[in-house]
Amino acid sequence: MGKSNLQKVLESGAFAVTGELGPPKSAEREVIEHHASFLKGNVDAVNITDNQTAIVRTSSIACGKIILDMGIEPNIQITCRDRNRIAIQSDVLGAAALGIKNMLCLQGDHASFGNEPQAKNVNDLDSINLISTLKKMRDEQELLGGDKLEAPLDVFIGAVANPFADPFEYRVYRLAKKIEAGADFIQTQAIFDMERFERWMEKVRELGLHKKVHIMAGIIPLKSLGAARYMKNNVSGMLIPDHIIDRLKGAKDKKAEGVKIAVEMIEHLKTIEGVAGVHIMAVAWEEIVPEIVERAGLLPRPKFD
Amino acid sequence: MIVAERKPLAEIIKAIEPYEKVLVLGCGECVTVCLAGGDREARETALALSIARQKAGKPLQIKSHTVERQCEFEYLESARKLVEEADVVISLACGVGIQTMNMYYDEKQTLPGVNTTFMGMPVEQGVWMENCLGCGDCVLEETMGICPIARCAKSMLNGPCGGSQNGKCEVSKEIDCAWHLIVERLMRFNKLDNILKVKPPKDWSTSHHGGPRKTIREDVRL
Repeated sequence: MGKSNLQKVLESGAFAVTGELGPPKSAEREVIEHHASFLKGNVDAVNITDNQTAIVRTSSIACGKIILDMGIEPNIQITCRDRNRIAIQSDVLGAAALGIKNMLCLQGDHASFGNEPQAKNVNDLDSINLISTLKKMRDEQELLGGDKLEAPLDVFIGAVANPFADPFEYRVYRLAKKIEAGADFIQTQAIFDMERFERWMEKVRELGLHKKVHIMAGIIPLKSLGAARYMKNNVSGMLIPDHIIDRLKGAKDKKAEGVKIAVEMIEHLKTIEGVAGVHIMAVAWEEIVPEIVERAGLLPRPKFD
Repeated sequence: MIVAERKPLAEIIKAIEPYEKVLVLGCGECVTVCLAGGDREARETALALSIARQKAGKPLQIKSHTVERQCEFEYLESARKLVEEADVVISLACGVGIQTMNMYYDEKQTLPGVNTTFMGMPVEQGVWMENCLGCGDCVLEETMGICPIARCAKSMLNGPCGGSQNGKCEVSKEIDCAWHLIVERLMRFNKLDNILKVKPPKDWSTSHHGGPRKTIREDVRL
């Protein structure tokens, strides 16, 4: 078993890069492989979303195994929305047995957003409970209910933070709770409002949290003005300031401008104390990731034996 | 109180289609206060059903009556004659009252005339809000009297989630984020410490998830 590649990169002090893949609404292995191929060698691990925005898609663990077979390290997302603690712990063991080492704990968007709005929202655990469950399974070799696991479990525990959600003052304390619960690394919501992110990081440093956890800053390259507007108005917990929208509006080549914004942001994030890497979410635009990481000076990715 | 809404008339009309003698039975408790199934609504519903059936050429013998409290056997006896005369009863009480009727008058069927929605309170004229899920393990002392189980869309014990913006829930701008309210009230009382420690997973076995519940009080049993 041993450490994941992502853990090695973060612990080495190198500026880490993760990508993201949204599984298809089909059982087509080739589709997953096609999207993943753009990320291979360009990122340290790839997040696989777990029925993101409550839309039914191929399972994150299955896709994780498919990209693992391609030599790409997965970071599977686990939400609390669809499974109770019995199913989640079972899936964690199953994923680990398949060789998946990075697991990201999230609450999950409410089912009312998705394509099964009549579904029961489970939420047996909350996202912080989920983090502590994984930690207990790993560090105490115990299930939540106290039953002993029959063998040790290796997992690198991820969590998310949203500096753009409210109440702003409480958000760093919530991050502290996630660290207390057992998060090893954090991926933030996509940053567009850099000023607010910097204020949040200031508070993070004040509490010394950046020394206790690896914080990766979220980036979404904007593909079009429509995409930006859609996210601004429809994606929960997302804040896109008008100056970003205006910049895209004024640009002749929207895609090129979107890439330029992303690269500039990464360059800036590299200078912020406590930011350990970036998490690039170019879902359905994976082919742009190689260019972004190249232009942001993040290639080649570190290699470990 | 228990909040309910009267079922759409068309649904009730369909439910009583096979019957000729119908009793609409209101309840004097919660459903009276939330204007869904009190005496006034029982009379109105009976009248509306009667008109609808007349129009359809299938006249109905319909009566309405209201008992003080439909969720206790002892209040149901007063309706015996009316119940026995009817082919079927449409109850405008909450789901508890409807079931009490079916248990007490086992030989007669009582059908639901309302949809029981939640335990809650009126926040302003004409607006009721859910605020208790009856989970069997109250945490209100830690959350400043604002229930995260009932009022957070994800029933989080360590909220708020990342979807809380401008004090509103990601589910709807009409819903206040319960955790936003909790954090604000804790700050005002200088008690934010209450929620800085990780709250362990909730024991749902005290709630409905542990199976249908029954309370037995030996000290008051006869």
